[in-house]
Amino acid sequence: MLLEYAAIGIMILVVSLIGLIAIGLGTIFGPKRQTDRKAAPYESGMTPIGPGIRRVPVRFYLIAVLFILFDIEVVFFLPWAIAFRQLGLFGLAEMLIFIAILLVGYIYAWKKGALEWE
Amino acid sequence: MDWMLLLEWVIKSFVLSLILLGGFAYLTWFERKVLARFQVRIGPNRAGPYALLQPIADAVKLIFKEEFTPARAEKILFFLAPIVTVVPALVVAAVVPWGPDIQIGSYTLRLYIADISVGVLYITAITSIAVYGITLAGWSSNNKYALMGGLRSSAQMVSYELALGFCFVIAILMSGSMRPIDIVDAQRNGWFFLIQPAGAFVFLIATLAEVNRAPFDMPEAEQELAAGFHSEYSGMKFALFFMAEYTKMITISSIAVTLFFGGYLGPFVDQLPFLGPIYMLAKIVALLFFMVWVRATLPRIRYDRLMAFGWKVLLPLTLALVLITAVGILLAQEVNPNLIWITPVISAFAGFFAIGLVDRSLRRKAYAAR
Amino acid sequence: MGAQILFFLCAALILISAIMVVTVRNLIHAALWLIATLFGAALLYASLDASFIAVVQVVVYIGAIAIMFIFAVMLTRRELLIKTDQTNANWPLALGLSAVMLVALGYVIGGFGVTLNTTPAAIPAGVDPLTLLGKALLAPEAYVLPFEVASVLLLAAMVGAVYVAMNKK
Repeated sequence: MLLEYAAIGIMILVVSLIGLIAIGLGTIFGPKRQTDRKAAPYESGMTPIGPGIRRVPVRFYLIAVLFILFDIEVVFFLPWAIAFRQLGLFGLAEMLIFIAILLVGYIYAWKKGALEWE
Repeated sequence: MDWMLLLEWVIKSFVLSLILLGGFAYLTWFERKVLARFQVRIGPNRAGPYALLQPIADAVKLIFKEEFTPARAEKILFFLAPIVTVVPALVVAAVVPWGPDIQIGSYTLRLYIADISVGVLYITAITSIAVYGITLAGWSSNNKYALMGGLRSSAQMVSYELALGFCFVIAILMSGSMRPIDIVDAQRNGWFFLIQPAGAFVFLIATLAEVNRAPFDMPEAEQELAAGFHSEYSGMKFALFFMAEYTKMITISSIAVTLFFGGYLGPFVDQLPFLGPIYMLAKIVALLFFMVWVRATLPRIRYDRLMAFGWKVLLPLTLALVLITAVGILLAQEVNPNLIWITPVISAFAGFFAIGLVDRSLRRKAYAAR
Repeated sequence: MGAQILFFLCAALILISAIMVVTVRNLIHAALWLIATLFGAALLYASLDASFIAVVQVVVYIGAIAIMFIFAVMLTRRELLIKTDQTNANWPLALGLSAVMLVALGYVIGGFGVTLNTTPAAIPAGVDPLTLLGKALLAPEAYVLPFEVASVLLLAAMVGAVYVAMNKK
């Protein structure tokens, strides 16, 4: 089993190597003419206004939190899906309860407008 | 440590990577040609017969472009972001089986790199790592457009990952295993596409969002965000992002084929194992054509609607599809095996119901706007 | 022997990146080092043949929770990112608690009688750990109640997050 992960590790190394070679080729053969204008942040040809990195809307944070919760839900679904044939009706009933509880939160988020994006 | 085994892995990884990279190069050619046909143009026709050398010309051009780093960018992260994007795009393919085992003398050639018991979960894990490359590219560029583009793309990928995850659950439910090989084997009596067509369609839609393809290609909404998270990238670093997008199209199509379209299965594949990769390739090309077709047909969706579609339509729909599939399997197991065909009927109904709701809500909004 | 070397490599990765998490100034860099720490833990699980936990560690911690950290850091102001203080007034208390925790963990682990030559127990042939896990989580005689209670926990987290984020506007 561990060997299979080693194979994936080797693939990761090989692919990173390919990426590094690609950037290396560009660095060797490409021209290098850095100017102040070129090094400034790109803003469609205008002079950049304000800092390049600013506070992001709280929405993105909310999406990330909701994603964690549903992601964990998906993870709970997986062992259930594998053992479903042995669990039978009882397994289905339990999953329905599990989903029903989470749906309460989902409906709350929907009603509160957490899923809107204006 | 067995050195032969190590050598085998290195060779296999190289071969798979090169196949995917070759596939990437010719996918760009394929897309340009097909798009041109849709728009009644000829498309690229200069470099070689049928412009078959066009990808090579593009690669050479990109190599001779400047490797440029903006002055106020975070140098290390700016350098790492393209690599972090490209690695998951290729490494996902490690668990996808391309055919049955081939016997060459005493040696068994396995047409996949790793056979892990949690293969499907592994795919989820790797696709979720892919979000980092995009977020970091946006963050390290020190550019407003790049930051907003990176955030938007990552929020979009994260949202559609949920629908994707529930589609994985559907395939696991039907096969009772997370190993890709078992999932392919379970489709000998009928592709999962036939049992759960709505699930397969939702999977394809979520796939388009996951690889940032039209009509969900937010980072390329140039009117709003210049070039999104890769606004500041040039030369080979930009090429790596481009490569990641197109190899992801290929790998995720191969995953869709494995989960819903019977993988490498086809007539006579047990007698002639080398047919496996051919069937696989044919199915992948069909899905890729579908993706290009969608791009040629549909306009880009507005970002608020895109997020609403992911969270308010696809998420509850896939959840319902999981339950419908579970009920179908339970009925088939306890009452009568033929009752499994309830699943496609009810799930198709659920799919049309969802479409109807979207249509009604859009009509109401259009009316309110007037 | 190979298992031990692997363990020490993972442990080194976890410890070094954990130290980097608490010492680097830039919060984004700290979040990235945290990912390295979490990845080390995933490797550790994988080396113990616990595939499911290993990959779930990557999916949930690296794929979701660390993303949330990065988004949360981006919510803060830029000055805060660079000039954050490493400690606050509670550091002696934290040090004391950590020391107590270290002693307690050492005591517990010492009780296992584990030496450097201990090898992990293998999974018996013919047993599918994933089916066992599914049954353990959902079979009536096993852990059904904790499983259902977990959904209540998720519900509470969801409601809390929505309430906090939507009322701050």
